[in-house]
Amino acid sequence: MSTKVEPVVLAKRARKRFSRPWASLTAIIIAVLWTTPTFGLLLSSFRPEEEIKTTGWWTFFASPNFTIDNYNEVLYGSGSSGRLASAFINSLVITIPSVLFPIAFAALAAYALSWVEFRGRDWIFIGIFALQVVPVQMALVPLLSFFSQGVDVGGVTLLPAWGLQGEWKFVQVWFAHTAFGLPLAVFLLHNFMSELPGSVIESARVDGASHGAIFRKIVLPLITPALASLAIFQFLWVWNDLLVALVFASGSETSPLTARLADMAGSRGNEWQRLTAGAFVSIIVPVAVFLGLQRYFVRGLLAGGVKG
Amino acid sequence: MNLIDQLSKFGVLAIGLAAFVLVVLAVLYVGNIVPHRPKSLTAGMVFLIPTLVLVGIGLVVPAVRTTVLSFGDRRGEGNVGFANYEWIFTDPEILTVVRNSAIWVILTPLLATAVGLLYATIIDKSPFEKLAKTLVFLPMAISFVGAAIIWKFVYDYKQIGNQIGLLNQIVTWIFGEGSAQHWLATPFWNNMFLIVVMVWIQAGFATVVLSAAIKGVPAEITEAARLDGVNAWQMFWKVTIPSIRPAIVVVMVTMSIAALKLFDIVRTMTGGGDGTSVLAYEMYSQSFPGQQTGRGAALAVVLFILVIPIIIYQVRNLRQRKEVR
Repeated sequence: MSTKVEPVVLAKRARKRFSRPWASLTAIIIAVLWTTPTFGLLLSSFRPEEEIKTTGWWTFFASPNFTIDNYNEVLYGSGSSGRLASAFINSLVITIPSVLFPIAFAALAAYALSWVEFRGRDWIFIGIFALQVVPVQMALVPLLSFFSQGVDVGGVTLLPAWGLQGEWKFVQVWFAHTAFGLPLAVFLLHNFMSELPGSVIESARVDGASHGAIFRKIVLPLITPALASLAIFQFLWVWNDLLVALVFASGSETSPLTARLADMAGSRGNEWQRLTAGAFVSIIVPVAVFLGLQRYFVRGLLAGGVKG
Repeated sequence: MNLIDQLSKFGVLAIGLAAFVLVVLAVLYVGNIVPHRPKSLTAGMVFLIPTLVLVGIGLVVPAVRTTVLSFGDRRGEGNVGFANYEWIFTDPEILTVVRNSAIWVILTPLLATAVGLLYATIIDKSPFEKLAKTLVFLPMAISFVGAAIIWKFVYDYKQIGNQIGLLNQIVTWIFGEGSAQHWLATPFWNNMFLIVVMVWIQAGFATVVLSAAIKGVPAEITEAARLDGVNAWQMFWKVTIPSIRPAIVVVMVTMSIAALKLFDIVRTMTGGGDGTSVLAYEMYSQSFPGQQTGRGAALAVVLFILVIPIIIYQVRNLRQRKEVR
């Protein structure tokens, strides 16, 4: 696909670009527009409450005044605006299983769909593939009632209510994220797995290796890069999610950072000293993951959406 | 912060992870002992069971239930026929919601792709390319809630005293005292200010994908065009764009689906007030705070129906490209 570009051509292209000052100017304007809002918020989060509320963050440079009180307040302060430290833990407890579960189950399913021959396999694959179309919104209300009221068919109770309370509500969040993440994960891993060399797997089979052994010893090591990309996607998706959190993790014992922040933005829309610091507490983890693993993220993006 | 409360969360986490490990081990154990018989259903099913159970309970059955509920009343009972759908397409407030969603779906992909394409073209092969890309790509890592707070701060409006929102400060500098606006409460235009946030998030995605596509354009083509004496403008429109057209389509389709399902930005910035609600937000607010099960379900079904043609188009596109290769 990618043709090797001759160094001479490269140099020529580069000269061409720099001979156009307006192009460079446009790029700089876009870069500034894209970074300034975040920068303003970060700077504000370190300014004293009085100053945030009465002067713009750009006046910081004229009279620098620095504090970490805002972070102390949102993380450990009492009252409805504080306690983001516990929401941070909730985000962690929600995210770890919600990344592990769908990827592991999807890897197992993708193995069966690409390397185990059985009747009806293609139909199951098409079915899972088609489920990608279903928006999360289609599942929210019935899935919530599945947990809170159980399953009744014609007055006969097939499954009682789960009665999940307090921190046990994490279970229903994990369930929801796993179910909603599976179709895409199965599809992407199947794409990747079905392109593995068949001769390797065939010869292992001839040597008498079982499906379990082939999956663990041959397939799993080969698909590690795909698993890494997928894990980053699912991590960003779950950590940044608001909708599933609002529906399935309501209550202060389980609600994650996004839900708590959204509440603060609604009820305390002008408490900028808390909002700015709070926003940064929620942003820091995904940004760190993203910057550290950007290579895998980009690779996954290009493999998933725009193959070839 | 009560430490004991926090510890019990990790207890739940440990139990959850242990259950998960048990399931995976069970699958692998059974996978080890089932014999290799060609066309054996058991071997395949063993690996598929966790996925089929989860997807069945979590997606398939609920989706069917929601479709049924969309013909029911506010408690999700009885049969009201198409009344809920009629409501969506006749109630003036909901018609505004439908209009807003249409604006989102059209403008977000156009603007974000335009910015991404322009930026990717300019920074291509520049010595700062990597840094430049990261700067614009970074908002992709930020949650919609975080982005909404960042921009709410930019749009902040004060009736008296200094403006602390950047946009109003700039407006005041240019047009003088008293020209500041309450951007998020200005009917119709507030939708545009919300869309800006989505464009800000998505432009990085367009930049990265299109930049990779631009690098994939064979050097022979661009060189040949250059020998023919085309200028930069013609090169962009006549060579670059046609060569990366498939990538542009994929980017725009992906973004239009994201725009259709958008919920977080509207909820965090305006709570759907002042005529800014969209379909996905309305679905949530009718179903949960509003307790209108039937109407919420009908909105979900409409959302579902609107996504289908976009995805079919996407799939056909992918298949055509596979055949070409």
